[in-house]
Parts: sequence; structure tokens; C-alpha cells
Amino acid sequence: MTAPRKVLTDAMVAQIEALAPRYPNRRALTLPALHIVNAELRYVPLEAVVEVAQVLGLAPAEVQDTLTFYQFFHQEKPHGKVRAFVCRSISCALRGGDELLERVCSSYGIRPYGTTPDGELTIEPAECLGACDFAPCILANDDLLKNMTPESATAELSKPRARAT
Amino acid sequence: MAPIKPVLLEAVGVPDGHTLASYRARGGYAPLEQTLAGKQPGDVVEMVKASGLRGRGGAGFSTGLKWTFLPKDHPGPIYLCVNADESEPGTFNNRILMEDDPHQVIEGIILSSYATRASTAYIYLRYEYPQSWHRLQGAIDEAYAAGYLGKNIRGSGFSLDVFLHRGAAAYICGEETGLIESLEGKRAWPRIKPPFPAIEGLFRKPTVVNNIETMACVAQIARRGVEWFRSIGVPSDPNNPRDPGSYGPKLYCLSGHVERPGCYEAPLGITARQLIDHYGGGVWKGRKAKAVIPGGISMGLMTEGELDTPLDFAGPGKVGCLGLGTAAVVVIDETVSIVDFLHNSCRFFAHESCGQCTPCREGTSWSLRILERIRAGKGRLQDLDLLLEMGNTMGMMPGSTICGLADGAAWPMKNAIRKFRGEFEDYIRRTNPDGWMVTDPVPALAIVGAH
Repeated sequence: MTAPRKVLTDAMVAQIEALAPRYPNRRALTLPALHIVNAELRYVPLEAVVEVAQVLGLAPAEVQDTLTFYQFFHQEKPHGKVRAFVCRSISCALRGGDELLERVCSSYGIRPYGTTPDGELTIEPAECLGACDFAPCILANDDLLKNMTPESATAELSKPRARAT
Repeated sequence: MAPIKPVLLEAVGVPDGHTLASYRARGGYAPLEQTLAGKQPGDVVEMVKASGLRGRGGAGFSTGLKWTFLPKDHPGPIYLCVNADESEPGTFNNRILMEDDPHQVIEGIILSSYATRASTAYIYLRYEYPQSWHRLQGAIDEAYAAGYLGKNIRGSGFSLDVFLHRGAAAYICGEETGLIESLEGKRAWPRIKPPFPAIEGLFRKPTVVNNIETMACVAQIARRGVEWFRSIGVPSDPNNPRDPGSYGPKLYCLSGHVERPGCYEAPLGITARQLIDHYGGGVWKGRKAKAVIPGGISMGLMTEGELDTPLDFAGPGKVGCLGLGTAAVVVIDETVSIVDFLHNSCRFFAHESCGQCTPCREGTSWSLRILERIRAGKGRLQDLDLLLEMGNTMGMMPGSTICGLADGAAWPMKNAIRKFRGEFEDYIRRTNPDGWMVTDPVPALAIVGAH
């Protein structure tokens, strides 16, 4: 008998199961499942890891092992409703990416990887976002913000943004 | 080199160019129907081999030859993994193909799956491309509805499923066996080869891993023919029997300090100077280039004097770069400190080393700390030799790591220091007038922390 789930909803489990026929084994569902949880909760706490492992028939350590590799899934607390990745790789850095990150963080009074106290916005440095033709750029949820300045970025990041994926 | 009419990029700027209707109107999917109706899988392999197509993801290995490494008469399943984890700094050509012409990519995937007898293709897409995700998923749905995907495609008896699989922001997933491990739900730690994926790959089955642009090239070769493809680019060097040539159009990503950054389709073998001047509108603000990355940051640097090097598969290697890589050309103008460039490069690789092999994990991390220390005015001349020693000893080439990430980390270090040593020395002498000549060991704990 496994304990009833507390974190994963039936809807999340249904989404995971809908992807199962795509793969010959259930371990391959690990990353899709983590994305499904993260899209809802904006983080993947340890309780969710245990429950994902239950659903997939894996040891919790196997899921946690994979999760920690990516530095993408927060585990302590949810990221902001808007998660903004500020590119710092070479093409953006040549056009002010590092300064952009610093100025945008300071205008919100947070450090890189930090979240505003109202929980609206998290700002993280990112390696190449693959939009070097629009450097410096920011990925805010599903929106690519192109050719940013500290001023335009601060204005853009204060807007609420849907998250479709 | 004369400009060519864009083929891979023909949908860019076309209204609704990403839709099935637009792709069909441009002649798309007709080659697929003809292939399924009249050709054997082996014919497609032979066509791609004859075209001389070399993989566009970075390594430049012959695509057709890669396919022939699959075991003959395997009972299956055979998998195709399409590498859309484009993460090499400076590179965005796959993003443009997926967003603006996803059906071209999908037709290439179907043709390649038919050739390799793959029954399932996974597109491993990096997380940072949400628009590509939407466009590809929309195109996959359209292709299923039109009978180009699924069971018994167009009555041919050939069946194929294509699934999108999303990564989670890790550069190493672009390494083909790292990609396979990640798809299997594990840490993306590259595998020791052999066995190569063609023998034992995804889910321990024979697997081909090909790049998005390679798929688009396969679709265009099927539409326009082998002769068309071979009429573009640089033929093989008659004095080098091992040079397979550099045929076909290539998507060059131009960024950094140019007036008009963008993705440009040009014949393989165009020079960096032609790209910058003819396509990019020159170095920005009327300045001069100090250095140019020829194909993503891991390829190293060309100096201003080396900009007439042809950017084909063999060219950049002749001026000490690692290779053509992803053909992502990044221009660095004369105002940039080469110390800042190398710091940026070392920071990238320290962040992206997967941590499996010690020489890479420690080498990338310590190279960043040394650069942090130099930038903090605590550099010593001997640091440069230390960086060179690390650069010479980490990687697949010296034989100390499983995959090529460390070679890519080492090349900018070696190129920057060898080609710009004077500037490094001046910087260290100027910023550390009292300590540049010290040779005592640096206490490890005193070094600036870096992530």
C-alpha cells in the first residue's frame, strides 16, 4: 500500500500517463514528469520527487539524481510567477548582458537567482539563449525579450505573463 | 564567393511560412511522396552519401556514412534522435529553422527515418526555445492529420511516430550520448564510446543522432538533387585523400559586434570577412575586429589577420581553431579586453561541465578561478603557462575525458593566450605591479569563489 499523494494532483498524474505510450520504459518519463510538476508548482519539492518516483516505479533517489543534474528545478521554494533568464554568454555579453543582469536585479532589489518579496519575479543568469541576433536578450516565461536595455527590461519584467508550456 | 538564393531559409519572411499549406505550395512533401512510392531505404542512404552531406551539428561527420553504421537486418526498434539542444554560444540557426520552417525539418526527419528504418524519432529540444516547441508541435499535429506521420504513411507500409522531448537547460545534452542518457531519464553524462549509438544507443537499441539543420538539408537534397547540393561549397582537396569536401549551403549565425546580426545562408567556404562585410554590414560603429569566433565559442579565436580563412570544414583548423563547429561567427571589436573574453568563455564551460570526468570538472572550474583572480588584479605571468598546461591536458584529444566538452573549453584558452599573449601579459603587469612575477603557490582557499 502506498501512501496517498499529497503534492501531485490527479491532473498531473494524468498528464504524465498520457505521455507514457511514447517511451518503451517509464524512467524516460522522468524529465517530462518534472516539467509537468514544475509548470504547476513552480518548483519540485522533495515530496513531489517521492511521488513522481512512485508513479514511475522508480526509487526516489533515481529521480532526485536526475533532477539535481539540471540546476533547473528549484526545490526549496517556488520561483516567481515570471521566471526571467538573462543571457550572459558571449554574444549577449559583448552587447552588455552582464550589465543588464546587474542593473535589472538592482532595480528590483534582488540578487541573481533571487525572487521579489511579492513572489512575482525571479531573475536568473542563463547561458546562451540562442537568440544572439537579438542580443542582449531575456527569456521571460515563454516570451523572448529582444535587444534589451536595463530600462526596457525593467518595464517588460513588471508585466504579468502567461505561461503556456 | 557569389551569394546564393536561400533554400534552407526560403520560408523566412513568408507569411504563414511555418504552415503545411505554405510548405506544400513551395514543393514540400512531394519528394517524400515520390520516395515512399518508388524508392527503397537504401536508395535514400545512397543519395545522402553521394551528396557529401556532413553533419551540421558541429562535428561534421558524413551523414550517410553514419547511417551505414547501423546493423544490417536488425529486428528493431531503431531510433532517430534529432538534436535540437542547440546551446553552443553564438548559435541559433536551428531555432530559425524550427520556428520559420518546421515542416522542412519534419520532412527531413521522415526521409531520414525511412532511410535508417527508424520507427520512432525523438526531437530533443532545449528548454529555452518555447516558440520552437509550439511551432514544431503544431507542425507535427498537421503532419499526422495529413497522413505524413503515423501508421502506414501514404499507403507505403512505412510507419513513423515523432515525439518532442524537452530538455532542462544543460549544454551537455547536445553531446549525442549525453542526449541519449538525458532522454532515458538520467543525468546527461556522456557514454564511453564504443559502443557507438549506431550499435547501442537509445534504450540500448541502434540509434542515429542528427542535427536539425542536417534534417533540413536531407529534405532539400531529396527535392533538388545530389548534383544541386554538390554544386555549392568546396570540393574535397585532391592532395588530401581523407578530406571529404564541404558541400552544400550552410547557415552561418553572425552576432556580436556587427551592424546586422542574423542567420545567413551562404555556400560553405565563405570567409569570415565576406560574412561580416557583405551580410553583417561590417563591424559595428566603424570599428575594427580584434578577434572572431569561427563556429561557436568552443572553436577558439581567429585574429583580424586570419579573417580571410574559408569557413568550410577544413578551414578554421588551418589557423589553429578547433574546427568549423556550428558556423556561429561572433565578432569581437578592438575595444574588448581579451581577458574579459576568456573569462566569459571559462565561466560558460565551468558552468556547463557535467562533472563526470575530473580533468574537465576541475580544469574548467580552476580556469575560471584563475581568470577571476587575474581580473581582480592578482594575476601572475605564470598563470598563463598554467592555463596552457590545463588546456593541453584536458579533453578527448589528450585522452583525459569521455567527451569533447573539455576540448571545447580548452581551445579558447589556448587560442586566446597563444594569439594574444602580449595583451594578457600587459594586463597582468599593469593590474598587479607588485605581484606579477611571484611564483609561489597560491593558497587555494584565498581564491575568489566563482560559480
